Amino acid sequence: MEEFKFIGKSVKRLDEREKVTGAAKYVDDINFGPNLLYAEIIESPHPHALIKSIDTSEAEKMEGVVKVVTGKDFPYKFGLYMKDRYIFAQDRVRFIGEQVAAVIARDPRTAQKAAKLVKVEYELLQPVFDPIEALKEDTVIIHPDLENYPHVPWFFPKGGTNITHRLKLRKGNAEKGFKDADFILEDTYRVPRYAHCCLETHIAVGLLDYSGRLTVWASTQSPYTQRNLFADALAPLGFSHKDIRVIAPFVGGGFGGKAGVTMEIIAAALATTVKGHPVKVMWRRDQEFYNTYMRQQVVTKIKVGVKKDGTITAFEMANYWDAGPYAEYGANVVNASGLSATGPYRIPNVSIDSYCIYTNLPAAGPYRGFGYSEMSFSVESHMTRIANAIGMDQAEFRRKNGIKEGDPVAYGAPMNPNGLLEAIDKVADEIEWGKKEESKDPNKAIGKGLSIFWKAPAMPPNVTTSAFIKFNEDGSLNILVSGMELGQGYLTVMAQVAAEILTVPIEKIRVELPDTDRNPYHWQTVASHVTWASGNAVKRAALEMRDKIFEVVHAAYHYDKDSLYLEDEKVKCKLHLSFELPLRDFVINGIQTEDGTYRGGAIVGSGAFMPEFTSAKQDPETSQGGHPNVHYTVGAGAVKIEVDKQTGKIRILKAVEAVDAGKAINPRNVEHQIIGGLLQGLATVLYEDMRFDENGKILNPNFTDYKIPTFLDIPDEVVPIIVEVPQPDGPFGARGIAEHTMIPAAPIIANAVEDAIGIRVKTMPITAEKIAMAIANNKKEVTDFLMIMKK
Amino acid sequence: MKKISFILNGEKRNAYVEPNDLLVDVLREKLGMYSIKYACGRGDCGACTVLLNGKGVRSCIILAIEADGQEILTVEGLSKDKLTSLQESFIDHSSFQCGFCAPGIIMSATELLNKNPNPTEEEVKEGLSGNLCRCTGYTPIIEAVLDVEKRDVDKK
Repeated sequence: MEEFKFIGKSVKRLDEREKVTGAAKYVDDINFGPNLLYAEIIESPHPHALIKSIDTSEAEKMEGVVKVVTGKDFPYKFGLYMKDRYIFAQDRVRFIGEQVAAVIARDPRTAQKAAKLVKVEYELLQPVFDPIEALKEDTVIIHPDLENYPHVPWFFPKGGTNITHRLKLRKGNAEKGFKDADFILEDTYRVPRYAHCCLETHIAVGLLDYSGRLTVWASTQSPYTQRNLFADALAPLGFSHKDIRVIAPFVGGGFGGKAGVTMEIIAAALATTVKGHPVKVMWRRDQEFYNTYMRQQVVTKIKVGVKKDGTITAFEMANYWDAGPYAEYGANVVNASGLSATGPYRIPNVSIDSYCIYTNLPAAGPYRGFGYSEMSFSVESHMTRIANAIGMDQAEFRRKNGIKEGDPVAYGAPMNPNGLLEAIDKVADEIEWGKKEESKDPNKAIGKGLSIFWKAPAMPPNVTTSAFIKFNEDGSLNILVSGMELGQGYLTVMAQVAAEILTVPIEKIRVELPDTDRNPYHWQTVASHVTWASGNAVKRAALEMRDKIFEVVHAAYHYDKDSLYLEDEKVKCKLHLSFELPLRDFVINGIQTEDGTYRGGAIVGSGAFMPEFTSAKQDPETSQGGHPNVHYTVGAGAVKIEVDKQTGKIRILKAVEAVDAGKAINPRNVEHQIIGGLLQGLATVLYEDMRFDENGKILNPNFTDYKIPTFLDIPDEVVPIIVEVPQPDGPFGARGIAEHTMIPAAPIIANAVEDAIGIRVKTMPITAEKIAMAIANNKKEVTDFLMIMKK
Repeated sequence: MKKISFILNGEKRNAYVEPNDLLVDVLREKLGMYSIKYACGRGDCGACTVLLNGKGVRSCIILAIEADGQEILTVEGLSKDKLTSLQESFIDHSSFQCGFCAPGIIMSATELLNKNPNPTEEEVKEGLSGNLCRCTGYTPIIEAVLDVEKRDVDKK
């Protein structure tokens, strides 16, 4: 086995010192000077209405107001995968909170006061909030022009309906598979909406300088994608990509919510109206709930057939996703999770239909897990029920049907090397699977739950990334990349990759945050793909530098390049054992030769990476024939809980999660992803409980009423487990793990609740209230879905 | 506008404020203490925590004029010379991820350790329960706080 010096080591985070000293600058910590202007957004109070008129005259008269902007000023659409979103609402509003106009003023208070003076006259339209209702024939159509919207070729919107995309997957013959089954279970599961709840709300500051360059500072996961979408949406204003600059300082949490473009385009657009003045748009906490992305709600109907011995024969599923009124990103959640909705099982006959449906709830889109958490709740609940019904141990059922390397996934491509079985075994061992435990307290019951998971990065097939590395005079390095440090440890891991190749210690490496003027292209930091993709680009850049180093030494000393190697920041030679040349002696100013001339010069490296085996060219009727995913990361989770039979409250005695990192470049960072991601997932199932009134207004857009976990809410014990079955095309065998850590949380709780008290909850969240009510009413199944309160 | 004065991180500072100016805004925008983070605006999340006369307060729900004549400590004040052993412990444990909650948690933990240099795990959880973090799952933060205590004991 290869010995690594920096790979596989839990080196300290590169950015921690900046973060614990308060030196780390987030967008709002940058001083934009006395010309800074503040925008206040006028939002729709209605979930669905036509805009009849907007009167801005009173607001414009107020002292300190610089400009009032409405949809008329920016009649442009934008969107990542489909152009269905507007910079400002045009003729109609489609959700409460949608941006209708903006006041730009010299101070925030004036902006807020003036915003109240903008008069908007609406004609109310019927709203629709439920994805199933939005499919009915007599339903209101939210986008009458849907058929004319530009979109990527793998979306199939249906004009005249609210279906913005339908993913259709067919493998084998599901009908025949069910005929072959000895046992069939069919049911419906529901998952509500969730909010990312980044501690830092969305913020963007735009500046069109007097020379005509547009700069946007944004709290973002996606600086290059934002630049591209700004250039595209504002194309009528004549911007070239080179004249738009996106700067991404530290970001206070992303979780998918700061991917793509949402409110940042408002800052970009407003800046073009007040040349020479930076304009700040910063969401308050309630706006953060309404107008970025949310996680989508989904109704899942699932039917699975098995033989007596547990072999799965057929899998049929229909998913009805509520994307809100703008699905430019959310439709790809539906697409990607639909392709992989079976979970990590080997199933010969599969039929999946996933519908992305417009509703008048706020726009939904990417959220850590990208639809896989939602699929996991239904599939892993269902698989447990099936195993129990046929009298088979759940872990054994999963070992038997778990997908192996080379098995075809539902769309036909072969499964990559993976440690799924090892993950199941390790998790089962750690939770003492099969050992029934009793609480000493007669009012409490102990239960265990288990689940497996997988996830592939959801990306366009030709997604690409690149890296620059440069030496400094003392042999230290600056790495320029445009992946984003979201907290996952990206900067540290990129430094480790470069360190391993160039033998420069971590303390002598800086990795720079994105700035599209300086750092090279990276699509966006989503899909848990940056360790893999950006790691490959950095590795290639470092290898290029190593080649250049050997080239220079060869030119100066005439040593055979193949005999040279790097060790402890020095060039050494296998054939001349006394030779060693410190990097700092020549990586900038070259090597002097005997005649006094020099060889070499500043050593820089560049590297790029794009998968060349992926394709989204699949048959739209079956989804067969393409290779849409680069690889899957797999894992397993388990939990031991104690349920209070009087209050319904769940205490997590122990939580275990194993994830196959391929190669954990920084094991501690992987463990920290498991601990953090698992808690984020557990919160979605235990108490995060978004509620809307009957008009689509959020009743709890704040941290008082939308409860995210505190220090007091963590499990009694969390055991993170790293499995390492190398990814052949990953840097040192690594693949991504960050989003995945959330995915098993909901079904392990649902399964453990049933194990403890015999109640199957088929809707999320599984709150104490739901459990207590079920116990009180002697119900064995819970189907209550409370997200939209009825009058 | 009213002139107020207070001791900020050991230095006497003045500011002219409106009666309804929030402490968080004055400390950030007028006095440059950008370590303090604004995240919820209603005292739910603790990101704006500063120590007022040694006691943790939410600077987003306190008026700046209330701080007149008082003493305020922020993370900038802890970082002037060498870092505190608490800050070093957070670095050693790679405790924070996105880092947005870090300044508030550091101030709450500083207050906790000032009052109780040897907290139990439960006391750490209780003491920091007013600070939200969305990334870490809290465990790496708790471990770092407990480790400060161990390390300081080892030194004795």
